[in-house]
Amino acid sequence: MSFALRAENLGKSFTLHLQGGVTLPVLQALELTVAPGECVALSGPSGAGKSTLMRCLYGNYGAGSGRILIRHHDASVDLATADARLVREVRRDTLGYVSQFLRVIPRVPAIEIVAEPLMARGVARDAALARAEALLTRLNLPARLHHLPPATFSGGEQQRVNLARGFAPGYPVLLLDEPTASLDAANREVVIGLIAEAKARGAAIVGIFHDAEVRDRVADRLFDVAPLHEAA
Amino acid sequence: MSPLLSARGLELRFGRIAALDGVDLDIWPGEVVAIVGESGSGKTTLLRVLSGLAAPDAGSVIFDGQDVLGMNEAARRHLMRTQWGFVHQNPRDGLRMGVSAGGNIGERLMATGARHYGNIRAAAADWLRRVEIDPERLDALPRTFSGGMQQRLQIARTLVTHPRLVFMDEPTGGLDVSVQARLLDLIRALVAELGLSVLLVTHDIAAARLLAHRILVMRHGQVVEQGLTDRVLDDPQHPYTQLLVTSVLAA
Ligand SMILES: Nc1ncnc2c1ncn2[C@@H]1O[C@H](COP(=O)(O)OP(=O)(O)O)[C@@H](O)[C@H]1O
Ligand SMILES: Nc1ncnc2c1ncn2[C@@H]1O[C@H](COP(=O)(O)OP(=O)(O)O)[C@@H](O)[C@H]1O
Ligand SMILES: [Mg+2]
Ligand SMILES: [Mg+2]
Repeated sequence: MSFALRAENLGKSFTLHLQGGVTLPVLQALELTVAPGECVALSGPSGAGKSTLMRCLYGNYGAGSGRILIRHHDASVDLATADARLVREVRRDTLGYVSQFLRVIPRVPAIEIVAEPLMARGVARDAALARAEALLTRLNLPARLHHLPPATFSGGEQQRVNLARGFAPGYPVLLLDEPTASLDAANREVVIGLIAEAKARGAAIVGIFHDAEVRDRVADRLFDVAPLHEAA
Repeated sequence: MSPLLSARGLELRFGRIAALDGVDLDIWPGEVVAIVGESGSGKTTLLRVLSGLAAPDAGSVIFDGQDVLGMNEAARRHLMRTQWGFVHQNPRDGLRMGVSAGGNIGERLMATGARHYGNIRAAAADWLRRVEIDPERLDALPRTFSGGMQQRLQIARTLVTHPRLVFMDEPTGGLDVSVQARLLDLIRALVAELGLSVLLVTHDIAAARLLAHRILVMRHGQVVEQGLTDRVLDDPQHPYTQLLVTSVLAA
């Protein structure tokens, strides 16, 4: 088993019951294999299904057909059929996802949001908070914001909290949906550095990068997600 | 590991209404499960049957190896005191309004065997603090509290004995929106800290997203869809779930 993540014959469509039951096919017979230490960038026009693929890989969208195999604790788990408890366990220990926007939890300070997935894996509170602090600092989030809930932060500040949360645990597989979209040049460099370090320790990364320069610097290859009507 | 609570084939009719129509459910240790669905879908009936308060026409409920439906009233009350907690929508149903705040908390502790007055009072004060009520109010009567405070007191009374399974029926139901947010956050933090198993009945999708690991969607007494919370809410399959996540249905 040399892959970290592998989609086999993956299909996904949406049936919109409130719109007369129309069915929208998005992914069909998709095959993708990502090795440890490899970074694959999803490419394709807006609306092609890149985010849909990523959400399927995270188990956030159910797979319509096919398998999504992930190497979890030296075994292979099929996320397409795993039950809710197993998906949660895979997410805790193996699979991270940085979404386009931070989902803020009312009243929870930034540093706790970042430390939470570490503590869920059994890291002691002090160590988790120290790691969170270090990552937020590296991402240039002003120290005065660390202990505030991010609800009132700017988009770029929220995204850096999101990134710190995603990179803190050192997941073996990491999914990044436009991680640098709202960042300035200096913070883009920090993210490029974080991705390079994750790859160096063997993490498999799947990313959507709107920024061609970032993409070219971190990705080992491109994976084209073509709109279905054009591919057919 | 095995489920803490396991129900199979639950059926209960009220005349022509099928309040429960073939419901299966497992709750695992440390799992927070939300039951969502519009008013009349059978959520409260399900909670009552699972906790042995109402007998179904058919089906089984097993808690930690014990047959809940077959046990006598004394055994069920013992479970209620020692293993379970119940947070009612209306704090008046879960509190003793004529007893002080400290008394409400202490009473639950004494029911599980605590005897030392000083320790009980200290534990009650500590729990008031944990639910963000000034410990100075230890001797105040609940009726002098706001609705949100009463609900927080009910939560303190319920959690002080560290129950393994907590049933919550619309815990934020009667509260103002701003008060709801604070209560939800408090519940979220306590549940995570104590590692509780929770069965939460709510019609509030945002509350379910915030608190629950897993969601069951009920309609007309049936579970029409269930699974990981974010998958059910972001990629709903059943027409009724699609309606539920795009609209705010009346409770
Ligand atoms: N939860 C959903 N329900 C219905 N349609 C969806 C859902 N998520 C994505 N889609 C549809 O899938 C298609 C692909 O979208 P997306 O994956 O966001 O594309 P990309 O990320 O490549 O821009 C779009 O037509 C979008 O409307
Ligand atoms: N004791 C009862 N007698 C008669 N009908 C009842 C009784 N309890 C509930 N019902 C009916 O069963 C259905 C489900 O009710 P309930 O479980 O309270 O729904 P929910 O909590 O989802 O609003 C409703 O149609 C309700 O009117
Ligand atoms: Mg996208
Ligand atoms: Mg009800």
